[in-house]
Amino acid sequence: MKKLIKYVMIDILRNKVVLGYTLFLLAVSMSVFSLDDNSSKGLLSLLNIVLIIVPLLSVIFSTIYVYNSSEFIELLVSQPIKRTTLLTSIYAGLASSLMLAVIIGIGLPVLLYDRSDVGLTLVLAAVMLTAVFTGLAILASVITRDKAKGIGVAILLWFYFAIIFDGLILFLLFQFADYPLEKISIGLTALNPIDLSRILVLLKMDISAMMGYTGAVFKEFFEGMTGYFFIILVMLAWICSPIMLAIKRFNKKDL
Amino acid sequence: MKVFLAITLLLMQLFATASVIEVGAGKQYKSIKSAIAAAKDGDIILINKGVYAEGEIVIDKAVSVRGVGYPVIDGKSKSQVIRVEASGVVLEGLEVCNAGYSSSYDWAAIKILNSKNVIVRNNRLLNNSAGVYLQNTSYSEISNNTMQGNSTDEVESGNAIHCWKSNNLRILNNSLTRHRDGLYFEFVTASLIQNNTSFKNLRYGIHFMFSNDDTYIHNTFRTNGSGVAVMFSKNVVMRYNTFEENWGSAAYGILLKEIQGGAVEGNTFLRNTVGIYMEGTSRILLSNNTFKSNGWAMRVQASCEANTITKNNYFGNTFDVGTNGTMQLNIFNENYWDKYEGYDLNKDGIGDIHYQPVSLYSMIVEKMPSASILLRSFMVSIMDKAERLMPSITPVELKDDKPLMKPLSL
Repeated sequence: MKKLIKYVMIDILRNKVVLGYTLFLLAVSMSVFSLDDNSSKGLLSLLNIVLIIVPLLSVIFSTIYVYNSSEFIELLVSQPIKRTTLLTSIYAGLASSLMLAVIIGIGLPVLLYDRSDVGLTLVLAAVMLTAVFTGLAILASVITRDKAKGIGVAILLWFYFAIIFDGLILFLLFQFADYPLEKISIGLTALNPIDLSRILVLLKMDISAMMGYTGAVFKEFFEGMTGYFFIILVMLAWICSPIMLAIKRFNKKDL
Repeated sequence: MKVFLAITLLLMQLFATASVIEVGAGKQYKSIKSAIAAAKDGDIILINKGVYAEGEIVIDKAVSVRGVGYPVIDGKSKSQVIRVEASGVVLEGLEVCNAGYSSSYDWAAIKILNSKNVIVRNNRLLNNSAGVYLQNTSYSEISNNTMQGNSTDEVESGNAIHCWKSNNLRILNNSLTRHRDGLYFEFVTASLIQNNTSFKNLRYGIHFMFSNDDTYIHNTFRTNGSGVAVMFSKNVVMRYNTFEENWGSAAYGILLKEIQGGAVEGNTFLRNTVGIYMEGTSRILLSNNTFKSNGWAMRVQASCEANTITKNNYFGNTFDVGTNGTMQLNIFNENYWDKYEGYDLNKDGIGDIHYQPVSLYSMIVEKMPSASILLRSFMVSIMDKAERLMPSITPVELKDDKPLMKPLSL
């Protein structure tokens, strides 16, 4: 398994896309911070990159990578290696090299320009989002055999989580504005890893505003550590479940 | 003038027949009450170190009471501790503790009634329901005191300094904590509040009601129930104060309710849920303030009019300005907004297009608090951008026509 992960990682690093991704993140983060003396504004721009670009790139790159290495996967399946080990290793190799890119590309500038809690939480959110969307990509590519369809599914997934979902929540909140929606709105965000990471950062960035709400549920969620534990737990579930589903599917799949 | 004053004071010293009365174990008087009974106007009562629990001590002569090494005057949580009913009394160097709470009387550690020229300085008032209570008192000074209360709920507690129907007070350099309000002013006029620190009080750092022409400068208000409330008053001047971390659903740095005239200048608002909340406020000048990392820098209700908001810095606030209506009768001018995205072609330091500090999303949250869960979502920023291009919900008139390109150095 170690050997496989190592092989996947070396293969990806030779690929240059990840290198380009790292350099892109690094350039954007550096420029965002050096444009303004006020590092909180830089963090805000970075938040948008983390919530939009990181999931998009993770999901597309991983899908394409898995399709491109289908022959390699078929070859390995014929060897005495368990399918679970095989897919787990590919996931681990992919996720860890993309996480490395995020840590260097975003973590380094944050450490250099802004060593606040907000910055560190942002890096944590980016790392977790990478793990979630790599898993979703693998699930998408295991389910569909056709490459174009697989990439389509992956992009749709991203589009749904990044943009459509929030629109749906807003729509729901408007429709049911007369009812108490605190619990429901927190519950709904648990269905979206991008929303969860956004709120994780908000807990640090906008705590003054979030403390302004009267509801007891919000208060408990935003004060203290309840919100943190909730978000981290649900994010872990989001990281584990797609890859577990993919493994289950892959084990039965007729290659 | 100063020389004349000094000479007069010196002469007064020479001709005065003040005697010093000592109180304490092994001294002429064992109890404070007996010392006061024996004293005459102008005497100095020196209280030596020790514990004095004598029930309510009434000072009805113009004496100067001084503690040596902070003698403890204990109210045993049963009564008021010291009641001053004479002008010209000086209380200094005392530790007054355990004033009781009563629902029918306003008990306090030190109560001053119907007097003038009273000075309360360098005292420690600990574990009292209320600290200093002034009623119908004028030209008095409360300075350098430490007041730490024992309040746990708003109903059964008193204020650190409570002033009622007084004028020309000077409240300087006090540390006020764990009472209901740090300072309570009702019908108090022409007074100065300076260099005080008011923190961890249950309700307000300062509470003004019907108090006109007062000034508070260089004070710090931190983690109170909610900052400072100025209500139903005229011409209150607020300068160079710091408001920090007043968090909660009804918490703000300053609440301005039914205020006419006055100025809010050079203050710093840091990490409050709402920096300034204005309701029914008119003709106020807000300038040279810094708003940093607040939930809302300002909430200007539609009932405010003719206020001028100019030359302020807004950094990293979640929302710059919130409002509840489309009516807009205030002037926003030459402020620095860190969210401003305009340009400055003629390089005069003033942006060429106006800035609208109220975003669509802040209007949505105003109506529907549970939508706050979508804060900083991509969806929301798209909607905000669209609204900026074609305003339909946000008040069009609420705008800064001359936004600054660079922050002011304040």
